Amino acid sequence: MATQKVNTNKDIHPMENLLRMDRMPHIWCPTCGIGLAVTAFTAALEKANIDPNMVSIVSGIGCTGRVAGYVKVDSFHTTHGRPIAFATGIKVANPKMKVVVFSGDGDLIAIGGNHFIHAARRNIDMLVVCVNNFIYAMTGGQVAPTTPLAAYATTSPYGCVEPPFNIPYLADSSGAVYVARYTALHIRRLTNALTEALNKKGFSVVEVISPCGMYYSRINRLGDGLEMMKFYHDNVEIKHGEDTKNLEIGFQSKIICGKFVDRERPSYMERYNQWLSEVRASAKNPEGKKGA
Amino acid sequence: MKADQKSVLTGVYYIDGDVAAGYGALAAGCKFVAGYPITPSTEAFEAVCHRGPKVGTVFIQMEDELGSISAILGAVWSGVKTMTITSGPGYSLMQEAIGFGAMLETPFVLLNIQRGGPSTGVPTKTGQADMMQSRWGSHGDYEVIAIAPDSPQEMFDYTIKAFNLAEKYRCPVMIMSDECVGHMTEKVVIPDADKIYVEPRRFYTGPAADYRPYKPDPDLVPKMAKAGEGLNLYITGIVHDENGYPVSDEKYKSIYVKRLVDKIRLNKNEIIELKEEGTDGADVIVVSYGISSRVAVKGVEMARQKGVKVGTLRLVTVWPFPDDRINELAKKTKAFVVPEINYGQVVYDVARCAHGHASVVLVPHGGAGVHNPDDVADAIEFAVKQEKPLEGVHEFKTRLEKSVFEGGFKLKE
Amino acid sequence: MKADKSGVLTGSHILSGNEACAEGALAAGCRFLGLYPIVPSLEVSKRFLQRAPEVGATFIQMEDEVSALAAVLGASWTGKKSMTVTSGPGFSLMMEHLGLGVMLETPCVIVEIQMVGPGLGLPTRPAQGDIMQSRWGSHGDYEIIAFAPSSAQEMFDFTIKAFNLSERYRVPVALMSDAYVAQLKEKVAIPSADQINIEPRRYYGGPRDSYLPFKRDEDFVPPMVDIGQGYRFHVTGLTHDDRGYPIMFEECQEYNVHPLVRKIRDFTDKIIDIEEKNTNDAEVVIISYGVSSRASLKVVEQARSKGHKVGSLKLNTVWPFPEKRVAELASQVKAFVVPEMNFGQVVQEVERSAYGKANIFFLTHGDNGVEYAGDILAAVEEASQMKETKCGITEWKKRSA
Repeated sequence: MATQKVNTNKDIHPMENLLRMDRMPHIWCPTCGIGLAVTAFTAALEKANIDPNMVSIVSGIGCTGRVAGYVKVDSFHTTHGRPIAFATGIKVANPKMKVVVFSGDGDLIAIGGNHFIHAARRNIDMLVVCVNNFIYAMTGGQVAPTTPLAAYATTSPYGCVEPPFNIPYLADSSGAVYVARYTALHIRRLTNALTEALNKKGFSVVEVISPCGMYYSRINRLGDGLEMMKFYHDNVEIKHGEDTKNLEIGFQSKIICGKFVDRERPSYMERYNQWLSEVRASAKNPEGKKGA
Repeated sequence: MKADQKSVLTGVYYIDGDVAAGYGALAAGCKFVAGYPITPSTEAFEAVCHRGPKVGTVFIQMEDELGSISAILGAVWSGVKTMTITSGPGYSLMQEAIGFGAMLETPFVLLNIQRGGPSTGVPTKTGQADMMQSRWGSHGDYEVIAIAPDSPQEMFDYTIKAFNLAEKYRCPVMIMSDECVGHMTEKVVIPDADKIYVEPRRFYTGPAADYRPYKPDPDLVPKMAKAGEGLNLYITGIVHDENGYPVSDEKYKSIYVKRLVDKIRLNKNEIIELKEEGTDGADVIVVSYGISSRVAVKGVEMARQKGVKVGTLRLVTVWPFPDDRINELAKKTKAFVVPEINYGQVVYDVARCAHGHASVVLVPHGGAGVHNPDDVADAIEFAVKQEKPLEGVHEFKTRLEKSVFEGGFKLKE
Repeated sequence: MKADKSGVLTGSHILSGNEACAEGALAAGCRFLGLYPIVPSLEVSKRFLQRAPEVGATFIQMEDEVSALAAVLGASWTGKKSMTVTSGPGFSLMMEHLGLGVMLETPCVIVEIQMVGPGLGLPTRPAQGDIMQSRWGSHGDYEIIAFAPSSAQEMFDFTIKAFNLSERYRVPVALMSDAYVAQLKEKVAIPSADQINIEPRRYYGGPRDSYLPFKRDEDFVPPMVDIGQGYRFHVTGLTHDDRGYPIMFEECQEYNVHPLVRKIRDFTDKIIDIEEKNTNDAEVVIISYGVSSRASLKVVEQARSKGHKVGSLKLNTVWPFPEKRVAELASQVKAFVVPEMNFGQVVQEVERSAYGKANIFFLTHGDNGVEYAGDILAAVEEASQMKETKCGITEWKKRSA
């Protein structure tokens, strides 16, 4: 095991018990917001008072896909787009686990879009943290399902012509019970939202708008990380309970943040267990006879 | 048919293999590309995105690889030449649709820039471990053509050839390149458009009433039509008769599915392209493809300096496999040495065709790097020393393997 | 370890191959099924779902085959033995996660009921066209274990073996059945639980602090832990070291991936399961697997009664391929006859292993279903009359055709 080089008290990272310090430094670029999302998440994990041994993080592929490797809980770095499906297996086979899917917009909404809407429909009890940086960053800046119209990317060299997904609206209409959105600037609000979502039963989605200084900002000439943060500061409007229909994000447009959905619906395991106890109570299976 | 002037970027360039393949596709008349970003193939897709709109080629970045290949299968039936671009994991996702494309006899080109596997593996470094997958990866019986270029120039040239073969035989054609060639920057000469031969689609030109979508020509390949010509096409992935209508009896399998394999197997002498050097009278023949054939050159040179008579056989097309040629050579030589960046794939086909006449020595490499030429040279010397042919595929122990598994190895971070 | 009684339906039953497979899975201790419906594999999940409540097994029908296998891999890490069931097109969609299963060394079983391909093929008709795919279908290097059952009883027995080998070697195991065996209703004898041997998961037993998820034992197989036990481990599909952390050097690639291959290749003698009949003095040996071996065994009897020295080699496991045994037989026999319901797949492995020492006759049978014993007999007769050894595969064709 690699050693933690400095171990005097003041140098201990406050989240050391929840981070894999032997893997630091991480791979994220300067100006990236994913680290902030991870900080907010680990803080939320402590605040929510959940036993980290019973938490499992599943990530897909991409920059945010690397989160699983840095948070010190049972963690899985799976295939592109499939973390929700993998996490569904974990949750259904061992309902005691608190399952968190931590991945990017391309991973969850493009290639994993189908699993996203189906897990929301089933209301599988899991928290999905979707870091949205408007671009495929790991592969070098291709257009994503969240890239605003007219924004540039390497595979939209003449400006994006596809309208983007509105993630909270997608989650809401598919059946998620908790939907919130904050930017990487709103670290306290984000932490609170994640804490709340961790304790929520059912399919919860927290979208984290993150700056990508290396690709999205550079291709679109939006300045460095600090300027992006300033942009968030000036252009974010907090509107709790806003209708998710109104949450589209245009190119450098106003971003509405807040908690939009918080409702109750029976989760998949609740329905499953109810069915199971009914079947067991009537002491026979659905076809009415045992075995062959 | 000559290439279209405006699609050909005639001149001398210093570009990488990915970009060269993208330019090759445009020169071959590819009018539709669907892709999904995946390292290390993205540069090829980006090249098409940048230049495509200027030459009338449409591109779309789909939501995943399943979507990409499905989109190009659809685009073919609207009458254009198409390509998709991917790497390992994306290639695995495409397997279902590859079989579907083979069943529909849809001509398309698939550019696979191989990387270290399995699973996510080493995305940024090389590998040659998808070779067998390109032949066997989808369910059911079908045949494909696979080409393994070894330089950016070949990426350009063989992308055009891939399109030509796809149109000629109406089957999936895979360009099985790898990260090394894809990211290698070299001189690429793009000739004048009138020096580039482009195979036109075999369109049906007879009366509409007589058109049968799957009635084969004498070379077993049927003529194609496109949607929107009033032919009321019906195309299905279910086993179908000459009209394209689904059949449900198994007896049709040996008529209609057998033709899918036969059209390649019976025409293979026209498809196969090999590059041989010094195989006459050679005691050892190095069989290789793609980037490994370039690395092998050095190993061969070293063995020759030690007095071993070494020949080389480079598989430019890996599938269909040159059974007959390997078999002929096996009878004349003592051994085949096969360096490939995997733990044994194409070497099994070499062994199969050697029929016990010659030893077959595999020089494996797990990927994320290329062979050490010393290993190739040592394997050649080892092979030439054998009194009689070794049974089975002999796995040569490379320096890398020894250094990792024999004592005192510590992984760097 | 003995089987858990709750899953074993001891007794003699008339079951279809698919139903027997579900019973085999439950007997083997499978407690999670991730599925997506596809003909002709439906009865496996139907039976599993019927019995799940009383046995205490969980299942979920996912949105596609890609996610079905992903869920199975996730479930396996919770400590539940897991499986999925599919057919041709679904199997193709599972290829990426087959590779993930190999890389994460996740025990699981994939039941594949083969149908005529490629594409949508003939969804209800049997074939053996996916055998090579099971070995080579995912990208990158790996080795896999594949069973080919030929009867309902074998569907039961081999499913249990598949789970056992999967746990033993920490590798996904494929059960390559076909639409014929899957639908065939036959007598299946299910023994009592204490007569069924179950391979327990190879759990880590050392001190908690020194657990490394991919630290291999002598046989290249790393011991495992379940999630939720406080080990807080990390696994990734990227090339990784003992800790499960990604490292992108060729040394690590060698260190990580070569053992994935060697943990199977170095132990093929323990894994391979073949059945031989009358091979001692045979001049012609029929090599077959799955449904093809039903007719082949019949042909051995018929040919023997006609005075031909014929034997049979039945591959219960197709992968890893028994190349040593085939090579031994090759120097003894005049010819191999290989009947397959495809256009030449395993026959290429036979050709490779025979080293040019025996003739190889290949019979494709698809057009007359599985009733083709007459064809095999004719091929056997022709093969036994061959005087010289020809190179390569001879495709046997009906003389009338």
